[in-house]
Amino acid sequence: MSGAAGAAVSGAGLRADRVGRRADGRLILDGVVLAPGTGSTVGVLGPNGSGKSTLLRLLAGLLTPTAGVVTLDGTPLGDLPRRTVARRLAVVEQQADTQVELTVVDVVRLGRVPHRRAWTPTSADDERAVHDALQRTGLADRADQPWHTLSGGERQRVQIARALAQEPRELLLDEPTNHLDIHHQLDLLALVTGLPVTTVVALHDLNLAAMYCDEVVVLSAGRVVAGGPPGDVLTEELIAEVYGVRAAVSRDGPEQRPHVRFLGTLG
Amino acid sequence: MTVRGPALGVAGALLLVVSLALAITVGPADIRVADVWSVVAAHLGLGSADLTPIRDGIVWQLRLPRTLLAAVCGAGLAVCGAVMQSLLRNPLADPFVLGVSSGASTGAVVVVVLGVGGGAVSVSAGAFLGALVSFALVLLLSHTLGGTTDRVVLAGVAAMQLFSALTSFVVMTAADAETTRGVLFWLLGSLGGAGWTDVWLCLAVLAVTLVVCLSYARTLDAFAFGQDAAAALGVSVARTRLVLLCVTALLTAALVSSAGAIGFVGLVLPHAARALTGPGHVRLLPVTALAGAVFLVWVDTLARTVLDPQEVPVGVVTSLIGVPAFVVVLYRTRRVR
Repeated sequence: MSGAAGAAVSGAGLRADRVGRRADGRLILDGVVLAPGTGSTVGVLGPNGSGKSTLLRLLAGLLTPTAGVVTLDGTPLGDLPRRTVARRLAVVEQQADTQVELTVVDVVRLGRVPHRRAWTPTSADDERAVHDALQRTGLADRADQPWHTLSGGERQRVQIARALAQEPRELLLDEPTNHLDIHHQLDLLALVTGLPVTTVVALHDLNLAAMYCDEVVVLSAGRVVAGGPPGDVLTEELIAEVYGVRAAVSRDGPEQRPHVRFLGTLG
Repeated sequence: MTVRGPALGVAGALLLVVSLALAITVGPADIRVADVWSVVAAHLGLGSADLTPIRDGIVWQLRLPRTLLAAVCGAGLAVCGAVMQSLLRNPLADPFVLGVSSGASTGAVVVVVLGVGGGAVSVSAGAFLGALVSFALVLLLSHTLGGTTDRVVLAGVAAMQLFSALTSFVVMTAADAETTRGVLFWLLGSLGGAGWTDVWLCLAVLAVTLVVCLSYARTLDAFAFGQDAAAALGVSVARTRLVLLCVTALLTAALVSSAGAIGFVGLVLPHAARALTGPGHVRLLPVTALAGAVFLVWVDTLARTVLDPQEVPVGVVTSLIGVPAFVVVLYRTRRVR
């Protein structure tokens, strides 16, 4: 088993090796190691300000680490052209919005930008990738709907379709379920975990993480405090320590996955 | 509703050619479309014109360069507007709103009135430097203020005011009555002094800018969801910004040095073109250029005939049309939110 928080032996895939990030003299992230197993879903948990978004942005190459290194198949992200990275690795942000009047298929086609050269027409590969992405996300019959008429959940689904059109092997999602109702939260995570890609997803909701992630890492004040399968990590002690919350953890969820019931704050 | 690209492009190009030919015939001297063709053919060495030298001169020395410069300026300003709107994610961005035109005016006025550079620095070079300084100031200001959409526009408004004030200051303190009248040319925008040199210079810069912007067309598409989203799609955001802002500043400078600060073309025309083509820049940019060209050809024709024999500066007319359109743009962005 490839431990999400342990040091993986091989350099394959996306890896964060003791990465740190310091901004304005403040240490936001410190010595984080992450090596998601191929095809697995890794949840990044932690309270507000624990460094989840920063870690995701470092993994995406949108920020450069001030310590340590993020590698893709052993090559530091900073040494790879941005286009090359974007063909391997797709990002879905917390909330995406635009003032441009785009349709669903316009947004999904943006996923082909890293695959296309200037002055060349759309290739058959581009059309197929866009078509497949729409099919897989169940948006094929809404391709021509305007973006600004979509609900929050639908918008996230379109962003995931756009990410799939990039044909990535790694998918990074930063709290994609924020602002969504419970139906759309479950729907979206079921969609994401069913994809044949390695996924790293920052999540707020411990129960969603327990249900859908193969592994979780828990950040607190920029450091990894626990990592492993949700059943091992999500304990009453850890929740008390990291979140300052009293909780009862039971194992009566599906596949014996833990279920967290919150009882109140500590202190 | 969107129309397929090639058909729209061909229709736009035809409309432009017809507009050019017709616009040249409008004016005090009675000139027919057939005369325009024969003069152009004669000057290109195909057959001979059977017109008097005076009428030949009216077409070849006055109306033709003026009409062509109108087309080039319209196309150039509209393309600059479209690129800036996408790059800055701001539907209100254009060379005028962002203060670049004002900066170019100041640069030109400093060279003309103060004689900076002792004749070695041309008016165009002065305008170019002014445009760059103003653009750099807007970028620096908006970055310092937080870099959000409204900050970019506010910084642009500040720059516009600053450079307008500087231009007025230079004119009031240093220029004589003769020069002041000439300087009004830059402040209001006019195609009255168009000559072939202006046409070729602006056309060359427009061609280069169009080629550069079209090679970045898909990159511009990727800016729809912001800089981070563009970076995540493999775009080198900093390089793209630098290249595109420099070529648009260069084009603005060339246009302003020839025709003064003509406002609102860059703001309004891209929105009209977008309604025809949809948001993809591969089709948007050429159609925007054609729409801007046709628009300014007719607005300039209006400007030089409506109060005949007096001439209204074309910048005044574009602003009179542009302000209501500006309100419509604001209203539409309010609806989208």
